[in-house]
Order: sequence, then C-alpha cells, then structure tokens
Amino acid sequence: MSFEPFLLTPIPDHDKIDVYLKHGGYTALSKVLKERTPEEVTQEVINSGLRGRGGAGFPTGRKWSFIPKDTDRPIYLCVNADESEPGTFKDRELMLKHPHMLIEGAVITAYAIKCNRAFIYIRGEFATEAHQLERAIAEATEKGFVGKNILGSGFDLEITIYRGGGAYICGEETALMTSLEGGKGYPRLKPPFPAVSGLYLSPTIINNVETICNIPHIMNRGAEWFKSMGTEKSTGSKIFCVSGHVNKPGNYELPMGISLRELLYEYAGGIKNDRNLKVVIPGGSSVPILTADKVDVKMDFESLVEAGSMLGSAGVIVMDETTCIVHAAYVISRFYQHESCGQCSPCRQGTLWMYRILDRIEHGKGKMEDIDLLLDICNNIEGNTICPLGDASVPAVRSSIKYFRDEYEYHIKNKKCLVQLDQRFE
Amino acid sequence: MIDKSSKGLLSESSKEKIEGLICIFPDKQSIILPVLHVIYDQLGYLDSKAIKEAASITEIPDVYFEEAASFYTMFPLEPVGKYLIQVCHNISCTLMGAESLIDYIKEKLGIKPGGTTADGLFTLVTVECLGSCGTAPVMRINDTYYENLTKAKVDKILETLRNQA
Ligand SMILES: Cc1cc2nc3c(=O)[nH]c(=O)nc-3n(C[C@H](O)[C@H](O)[C@H](O)COP(=O)(O)O)c2cc1C
Ligand code: SF4
Ligand code: FES
Repeated sequence: MSFEPFLLTPIPDHDKIDVYLKHGGYTALSKVLKERTPEEVTQEVINSGLRGRGGAGFPTGRKWSFIPKDTDRPIYLCVNADESEPGTFKDRELMLKHPHMLIEGAVITAYAIKCNRAFIYIRGEFATEAHQLERAIAEATEKGFVGKNILGSGFDLEITIYRGGGAYICGEETALMTSLEGGKGYPRLKPPFPAVSGLYLSPTIINNVETICNIPHIMNRGAEWFKSMGTEKSTGSKIFCVSGHVNKPGNYELPMGISLRELLYEYAGGIKNDRNLKVVIPGGSSVPILTADKVDVKMDFESLVEAGSMLGSAGVIVMDETTCIVHAAYVISRFYQHESCGQCSPCRQGTLWMYRILDRIEHGKGKMEDIDLLLDICNNIEGNTICPLGDASVPAVRSSIKYFRDEYEYHIKNKKCLVQLDQRFE
Repeated sequence: MIDKSSKGLLSESSKEKIEGLICIFPDKQSIILPVLHVIYDQLGYLDSKAIKEAASITEIPDVYFEEAASFYTMFPLEPVGKYLIQVCHNISCTLMGAESLIDYIKEKLGIKPGGTTADGLFTLVTVECLGSCGTAPVMRINDTYYENLTKAKVDKILETLRNQA
C-alpha cells in the first residue's frame, strides 16, 4: 500500500502562506465556515475516530462534545505545544515546517467548540518555533483567516502564543492551565475536567499540536477517508519519532498499526553499526520498555497495550545491545526526579529515592535489596498522586527490572555495567 | 510607582514590552511568565531587582514573580556567561554520546556543569530533553539549537562564538 504523508508533507516552503494556499491550504476552513455548523464539524471528527496525539489517546471529537451547551462563560482552546516527553520531537517539526496547518486546524477547532480565544502553549526553549508561529499568525491574520469576522462569516478568533519556562510538568493539561493563569505550573485534581472548568475556570479544550493538524485534512477529505487508514480503533496516520541507535533517526508519518519492524528497518534504516536490537521504548520515556522479541508488534494504541507497553507520544527510543539497562533507567529516573513538581509526597519522595538508588547501583555502590526496594517504591507511587507524572516515572524502572533483573544483579555484584554503552561521540 | 531617580535595570524597550502585555490576557496575572521572558531576554537571567521593577509596572506583588522564577528552571537566577551552553543529557542524547560530549566540553573549557569560564564567556549546564532527540546529541546555546553534534562541530561552534564576543 502506498501511503502519502499529509501532515509531514514534503512540499518545500510550506511555512509560507502563499505556498500553503497554493496547495489547498485554508480551503477546509472556508468550506467549514460556509457549509457546516459547529455541531457538524464535531460529529465529523467523532466519526473519523481521531484520538489525541499528545499521549493519552482520548477521542478528540468526544472531548469537544463535553463542553456544556448552556455555558455563559467564554470557552477557551489551548493547543499543547509543550513537547517535553523524552524521545518526542514531532510537534517541533510541524510548527517549523507547517505552521499554517496548525493555525487552520486551531481555527476550525475553535469554531467547532464556539471559542473566540485560543492559546498555543509552547515550551520555552522553542524560541525559533514560537517566532515562526507568530510570523505565520500575522500572515494568516492579514489574509483574514484569523482575527475578527473570519472570511466574512461573523466568527472571531484571537490566537495568542504563550511561552513556557522549561518545566515538563506544564505539558500535563491542568498544569498547562495553571501555568497560563500565571505562576507555578501545579497540576490540579480532576474532576472537574477542563471541558467543564478549565482555564480561568471556564470550559476549555486542550489538544496536542499533531491532533489539531489533522483537523483540516479530516474536514477536506472526510471521516471515511481518515478511517481508511490505520486500524479499527486507531485510525489515521501517526508521526513516529525515532531516536537512538538507528541509522536514520527522525520523524516518520505512517499509518497507525505499522509494525515496529517495518518502522525500524525499512524507514529508520535499521540498527546502527549492524548491531542487534536490545530494547525499544515505543511511546516516550513514560511507557514500559519492549524487548527485541516484540519487534513485530503493531504500532497502535491497542496492540502496544497488548504487548505490555503503550503508544504514548510515539517517541520511539531505540537501544542496541551495547546499552546497559541500569544506565538507561538511571538517566530516565533522573528526569522524573528533576521534573516532579513536589505537590504530592509519593511522587516527590518516590522519584527522588528511585533516582538515588539507581545512582548508587549505577556507580557501583548498590545492594541486592535495592532491586526490590525500587519495585516497592514503584508500588507506592502508582495511583497515589494528583497527576499522572508520578505514574509516568514508574514504567521504565519496573519494566527494566522485569526483563533484565539479571543485569541489575550483575551490576550490583560486579560494580559495573554488564555491557558498556558505546558512546560514539566523535 | 517606579522611582525615577535611581536608575533601574530594565531597558526602555523591556518596559514598553511589559506595558504592552498588561491588557492582552483575560486575567492580568497571566502576564507573569511572559514578563519573566522579557527580563530574561534582556539580561540573560532573572535579576531580583529587575523583577521588582517589572512587578511595580504591572502592579502585581513581586512575590508572585519570585515564586514563578524559582519554578521555571529555564531561567538562570544569577548572572551567567555571555553564552549559556545547555547540553541535553536525557535518554536519546545519552544513547548518542551526550556524556562524552559533556566531558569533552568540560575539558575544553576547563569548567564543570554549573561553572563559568574565567573570561565570562561560557557557562555550562546540563538539561533534560530539549525536544530534538532525532538529531542527538543536542545542545542549546542561549536561544539556538545545535544538533547532530560531533567534536569538530563543537570546536567550530565555540570558536565562532568566541570570535563574535
Ligand atoms: C507529565 C505529563 C506531560 C505531558 N506532556 C505533554 C506534552 O508535552 N504535549 C502534549 O500534547 N501532551 C502532553 N501530555 C498530555 C496532556 O495532559 C493531554 O492529555 C493532551 O495535551 C491532550 O491532547 P490530545 O487529546 O490532543 O492528545 C502530558 C501529560 C502528562 C501527564
Ligand atoms: S504527581 Fe508529581 S508532578 Fe504530579 S502533581 Fe503530584 S508531585 Fe506534582
Ligand atoms: S533526549 Fe536530548 S533532546 Fe530529547
């Protein structure tokens, strides 16, 4: 089957509005504003089966339909461009190369949810990307696609870029909102869900950049077209971010359900230096590892759960046989310890202890009891925290022990790695 | 009100930017993070005196800014070198040699992470994932990303910056 990427389309200069227009840009928007009611747009998205691309995979159209019909408060849209899940780097490419796709999607989404004010919350480090979006919004405003009375329809939308400050937790939707409200990005308890009471206590929809970029295509080509790609429950395409020990790391947009083997060996050029594959983390550092024998798994929401992991953000991190699993778990645990916001003690203390224990094992000072202690800490964190960051710190540690306990034991006994990571920085 | 007699740290252009931000959000408090960006863009770090000046322009208590400043790790709270080198040491970059990259820069500049060279040009820090894992190893110097790094590339980047300074 030949598949042509439509999100990461190879059209050169697609960031310029004239080029975008020449290739059918903003036709979905003008069609929607002329011919469809907001309810019809939402229904089309529900029919398409589109699920959120930010990590949780919640059905997008259904989320939109949770906005209370009788609200007298303003409705907000927040586009989540925080992109901080280790292993994930797709939204950056979308924003740099296809900013108008995101803007067109955001305007259609806002129309569907009856919102006149949208924010794009972008991680603070993405300065170039933020400027690119600002430039593109100015272009789109000048042409009447954003702003007051869009294309004469009477619909208004103002889009504001909001730059974060380098905190991973602000990608979590409730933390994103508290950050946008000013001050520290602390997650809040759910319910209430954002669709009912979100930003400034108003109904709010939060969607990932890639999710929003799908919207113009669904409006142009229809739900049936979208459903013709992927699997029954994971429809459409997905951008897989492949990093680590492959010959051609990068973003690959492919139909959902493609096999991991095809992704790695046909698209990403196979394992570097002809080494053997050891481990893949298929969905960013927050999901369990897969061992090499799972390489035929299909890359979609359901199949990855069946295989013992998750699609998450589709950050596919590839480790070859030279990778020490203890070292990898140590590096990942350092991240969660650094990013815990500190509100709940199981997460604050748990991530710190996991990091300290992995640090001592990694540096030859571990004890045999440490392995079970790590598992204990995992159990104490899981399910006991306000937001999912606590839970997200667990899978790498727990799954690495599950599959490679012998490597941990070797490490503790011999005070060194069983295999030494080949640091090929030259 | 700002005390006009003692010279403040914020430039006229930064003050204008801050004033321009005041009315754009549904709730005024939302400008805290954008204001921190303005201060950081001008000074390269969040100076507490500058924060006080900004707070008085916005008429929001400075403790709110201070709290946010301590939460968002992207902004240094003390002066740093002219070039802030942020090397990613998260998983994908580590797999591609980030630890050796950090060692290499440490040796080359004679500083440890957290340190600044004697000439005040370079500060080295390690950071978590920069969202550029497909082009690892990666570093960010001030606002610019440098990707697919090799020793030769690092040499050239640092030399170019030194010559520009
Ligand atoms: C700790 C944490 C970090 C997250 N980071 C991001 C992120 O960087 N980008 C993103 O789109 N979603 C992120 N999410 C998921 C969001 O909470 C939310 O589910 C998503 O933005 C919803 O959009 P979607 O339905 O379009 O996927 C994160 C979640 C958690 C728990
Ligand atoms: S789980 Fe961790 S990050 Fe989330 S609210 Fe609790 S302490 Fe903060
Ligand atoms: S791990 Fe270094 S940029 Fe993502």
